[in-house]
Amino acid sequence: MNLYLYIFRRLLYVIPVLFGVCLVIFVLFNLVAPDPAYTLLGKHATIQQINELHHELGMDKPFIVQYLDTVKTAFTFDFGYSWASKQNIWDMIKAGAGPSLSITGPLYILSSLLSISLALLVAYFRGKFIDKFVLVLSIVGLSIPSLAIILFGQWFFAYKLGWFEISGYENGFPNFIPYVILPIILYVFIFFGGDTRFYRAVILDEAYQDYVRTARSKGLSEYKVMFKHVLKNSMIPILTNLIIQIPSLILGLLLAETFFSIPGLGAMVVKAINNSDFPVIKAMTILSAFGFILFNVLTDVLYTVVDPRMKLK
Amino acid sequence: MSTEVKQSKSLLHSALLKVISEKLSLIALIIVGIYFLVAILTSAGILASDWNKEVGASYMPPSSSIIFGTDIFGRSVFQKVVKATETAVAIGIVVSCISILIGTTMGMIAGYFGGFIDELIVWFYTTFSSIPSIMLLVAIAFILGKGTMTVFLSLGVTSWVGLCRIVRAEVMKHKEREYVHAANAIGATHSRKLIKHILPNISHLLIINFTQTFDAAVKSEVILSFLGLGVVGRPSWGTMIDDSKLELSRGVWWQLAAATLAMFVIVLAFNILGDALRDALDPKLKGK
Repeated sequence: MNLYLYIFRRLLYVIPVLFGVCLVIFVLFNLVAPDPAYTLLGKHATIQQINELHHELGMDKPFIVQYLDTVKTAFTFDFGYSWASKQNIWDMIKAGAGPSLSITGPLYILSSLLSISLALLVAYFRGKFIDKFVLVLSIVGLSIPSLAIILFGQWFFAYKLGWFEISGYENGFPNFIPYVILPIILYVFIFFGGDTRFYRAVILDEAYQDYVRTARSKGLSEYKVMFKHVLKNSMIPILTNLIIQIPSLILGLLLAETFFSIPGLGAMVVKAINNSDFPVIKAMTILSAFGFILFNVLTDVLYTVVDPRMKLK
Repeated sequence: MSTEVKQSKSLLHSALLKVISEKLSLIALIIVGIYFLVAILTSAGILASDWNKEVGASYMPPSSSIIFGTDIFGRSVFQKVVKATETAVAIGIVVSCISILIGTTMGMIAGYFGGFIDELIVWFYTTFSSIPSIMLLVAIAFILGKGTMTVFLSLGVTSWVGLCRIVRAEVMKHKEREYVHAANAIGATHSRKLIKHILPNISHLLIINFTQTFDAAVKSEVILSFLGLGVVGRPSWGTMIDDSKLELSRGVWWQLAAATLAMFVIVLAFNILGDALRDALDPKLKGK
């Protein structure tokens, strides 16, 4: 009914947040960050060179103009050029998104399916051995640093046993598969603990509600209670968690992409940090924040579709 | 911080009793205690003070005399792991304190005063949490440059939003309770009501948050080390794990194993302790 009005109002609320994100980024990169002149010109630059550079980068403009410039880049996606490679940043992002998605896409589907179905299983058998076993396994998994898992996994499975490609990447659909299998497996393991614990808690939270007791006391089978009542009602937090992860898929995986030499956006960020490549980091920060905000709105809109109670209060 | 702990003694006391009464959480508590003790002894110079000294050749494998072998400079990996405990505990404590300080102050002000101040703070943390935490962490750490201070600040500044949200919601509930009205009736000022009356009643949230933030900070230090933005001038588990990326192909696995093990044990212990504390302090959250 009023769905469009609701979406419109929700979008209106996004505007101050967008300006806020630009403000945080402006403060970080234009006010707090050290003068890029040393990075770009070296130690022996003359004052004239520094002034020219400041003019070229727009750093001699008043702060308010610089802030508005930040806002402008965010809406036009005109992020300028990388300091390190002199490439257009938007082109770099477009080139890196594919390789990143080729790992994060399958990973997202696999790990979500695994953790949600496991969470359903252990919630069904709550308190029994399998529940405790999975809980212990996920806490143990959570406690191992992800970098150690990647280093060990790459060394053991790819280098020692030779089951997978150690590193590298080829573009195009079937060609990239051998290169992404191992990182996907390792990351399924890395994400397994936290996700399973989260989904289990969400489902159990629902399982102790009054209506579940009613359903059970009127003689419904445990199976029906679980899938018809509990799962449906825990859909909201589950969906939120699923959708909120989507923008980070495009961000890629900083660690895996670097170690497996996959030319995605995560590897691009790491390289930019090593090269003190301000504009690239700035662009990725803006882009990921905007992606997050967009998907946040999307979740809110989806709520009204999934849950009739939420109808546009 | 010390005043609030004193006032909530009964709550803390009963929670502590519950934690001690269970075998698993008691073990976790003891392990955390040992790590803290090691950290204190290390910073006092009693333990691992000569971690920088050569004890043998480069990359000696573990043996009975050098328990975790040596690193590239012939230093004992065991000594480095012990010294790094100090770094890790310092990171955990400082980051949690920064996060609790910001989160609690802002959350309490927003929840208590409401209105425009509330809207402003909500806008502020919505903005902050709109930047994916890994990118914000990277951006802040990158701008501040490498060093211990960067690790403290970047992790602290990126981890307060969750607590701020919870504290705000909780204070909103508490300010309508009778005891706050009573305090109001006898003429208590805003700050007195907030600090003396409401804060002790929400202090369990801070304790729960402390265990979670400590854990996350110790784990995130590894990522910062990997990005070359980590601790400088002293060993840390993160830099040790990161160093091992070049060592594994030569068959040098002990530095990775030692640092990972040391970190695994305290993170696991904190995880278990955090769960136990949360169940004891806030039964409503049980199982989450």
